[in-house]
Amino acid sequence: MSIDLKTIKHISKLSRISVDEKKAEKLAGDLNSIFDFIKKLNELKTDNVEPLTSVAETTLKLRPDEVKSKNLRDQVIKNSPKENEDYFVVPKVIE
Amino acid sequence: MSDITKQSLSGLVENIKSKKLSSSEVTKAFVERSEKSKELNAYITEDYTNALNKAKKFDEKPNLDLKLPGIPMAVKDLFCTRDLKTTAGSKILNNFVPTYESTVTQNIWNEGAILMGKLNCDEFAMGSSNETSFFGNVQNPIDKNLVPGGSSGGSSSAVAAQLTPITIGTDTGGSIRQPASFTGTVGLKPTYGSCSRYGIVAFASSLDQAGPMAQNVKDCALLQEVISTYDEKDSTSIDFKRNEYSKELTKDIKGKKIGIPKEYRVDGMPEEIEDLWKKGIEYAKDCGAEIIDISLPHTNYALPTYYIVAPAEASSNLARYDGVKYGFRAEGENLIDMYEKTRSEGFGAEVQRRIMIGTYVLSSGYYDAYYLKAQKVRKLIKHDFDDAYKKVDAILTPSTPSSAFKIGEKTNDPVSMYLNDIFTVPLNLAGLPGISIPAGHDAKGYPLGLQIIGKAFDEQNILNIAYAMEEKINFKNNITDWWIK
Repeated sequence: MSIDLKTIKHISKLSRISVDEKKAEKLAGDLNSIFDFIKKLNELKTDNVEPLTSVAETTLKLRPDEVKSKNLRDQVIKNSPKENEDYFVVPKVIE
Repeated sequence: MSDITKQSLSGLVENIKSKKLSSSEVTKAFVERSEKSKELNAYITEDYTNALNKAKKFDEKPNLDLKLPGIPMAVKDLFCTRDLKTTAGSKILNNFVPTYESTVTQNIWNEGAILMGKLNCDEFAMGSSNETSFFGNVQNPIDKNLVPGGSSGGSSSAVAAQLTPITIGTDTGGSIRQPASFTGTVGLKPTYGSCSRYGIVAFASSLDQAGPMAQNVKDCALLQEVISTYDEKDSTSIDFKRNEYSKELTKDIKGKKIGIPKEYRVDGMPEEIEDLWKKGIEYAKDCGAEIIDISLPHTNYALPTYYIVAPAEASSNLARYDGVKYGFRAEGENLIDMYEKTRSEGFGAEVQRRIMIGTYVLSSGYYDAYYLKAQKVRKLIKHDFDDAYKKVDAILTPSTPSSAFKIGEKTNDPVSMYLNDIFTVPLNLAGLPGISIPAGHDAKGYPLGLQIIGKAFDEQNILNIAYAMEEKINFKNNITDWWIK
C-alpha cells in the first residue's frame, strides 16, 4: 500500500497543517518509507493478544476537586498572541 | 577557580557542605564557563544573573542539610519553569512563559539547587541528533563536527563540557541514554511512573520519563533520589517505596544474574560495538556477576511499534498548539486558515512528519491495522522482558548501534535516524528503567556506551551494577576544550 498525494492532503486537513504541492510530495515520500518500515509488524500473528494500553499497572486515584492555583488570569492571558482585555482574540468566526 | 567546573556533583556538594566553597563561587565558575562556551549552542535560554543572585542569597543563609545545597544547574528546555521561557526547542513555543513549575524541577529547587538556564533539545524531543531544534544544532564537545545525540542533546553536551555539574533530560525512546552514550556521560531513564510528568511538555504520554544525566553513576543516583517522587498531579505517577539511591549505592553485585539478549546482535552493527559488549560482559564477570544468555524474541519489532505509538500520542498531544492561547500565531483569512498556517509555520519538518504519521494511524479505517496492532505487539515486547526477568536480575546491551555520527549525516533519511534508537526503544515500550554508562572508545576516539536494563522499580539494582562496572571500566573522556578561544 502506498500513501498518495490525495491521502497526504486528507491527513494534512485532519492535522490542521497546511501543505503545498512540494511539501506534500516530500511528505508522501517520507511517509511511504516509514510505513514500509512499519509494515514489519504484519509478520506477527496477534489475534489472541490483548492490547497494552498502559505499562503502569495501577488504577487511577481520586483526589478532591480543589482549586490550588489562583489568580493567574493576567499571566495566562499575557502568553496569548492576541488578547483584548480578558479575552483571547481569534479571526472572526460568525459572519 | 578553573578546577571548580572539573569537580563532580558529589564533590561540589561535599565542598559546599564543608564550607570549602560557597554557592556563589561554584555558580560563578559554571556561569563563566557557560559564557565561554556559546559555540556549543547548548543553551536556549540563559538565566545567569538570576542564578548568581540566588547563589548570593543562598550563601547569606545557607541550608547545608539539603541534598543539592546551592548547586547551579541547567535543565532541558522541555521542563516548564515558572516565569522563565520554555520552548521545547520549537518556534511554536518561542515566547511561552509558564505560570507553573514542573514537579521534577520543583523537587530539584526544593533541595537547594539553582537554575542557570534552559538547554537545547530536539523540537518537542523528536529527534536523535538535536538537529530538529528551532534554535539550531548543538555541537558535541568530543568533536566539533559530531552531533551530541538527541533529543537531550543540549543536556548531554552541557554535562560533558562541564557547563553544568549535572542535568536532567527526558527519554521517550532513548533521548537520555543515546546522547549520554554519544558524549561519554551517564544517563538514566527511570521506570515509567517513577518521575512525575507534570509540567513536562508532552510528546508521547505513555512513554515519556524524565531522568538524570551526569558525569558519573554516584551523581546520577543522587539526582534520581531527588527527582523521583509520587505526584498526584500526574495520574500515571506510581506510589512505590523509593530507595535513597545514593546512600544505598554499593559495588557489591556478587551473584547478580545478568542476561545477554542474542537479538541485540543486529545486522550491520560495527565490530567495535560487538567488542565493547564482550568487554562489558567480562567487566560484569569481574565484578562477580553471573552471565546468562537470554532471548527477547520481539526486539526487532520494537522500533516499528514505537513509530506507531509515539506519533499517535504526539499527534493528540500537539493538537493543543493552535495559536490561540499561547505561542506563535500566523495570520490567516479565517479561524481554520489561521490554525493551518500557524501549525505549518510553527512546527518544524520532523514534528509535522510525526503529527501526520500519528493522525494517519489513528484515522478512520486504519486504527485497527496500525494503532491496535502496535498495542498488541507492545504487549508481546513487554512479555519478552517479563519472561527474561524470571531468570535474570538485569540485562546488559550496547546503548547504541554506533558512536556519534556527523552533523547532517542522517537528516535526509528519517528511517536511518530512527534506527539509532533500536536498543533503547524496547525499554520505553515496556516501561522499564535503563542506564547508559560510558564503556570505551571506537577507533576514532569517540565514546561508546553500555546499557543496563532493570526490572520495573529496580533502579537501585542497575545503579549498583553500573557503579561496580564503572570502576572496572575506568573510562576517561577525551575533551580538549577546543571551543574555548
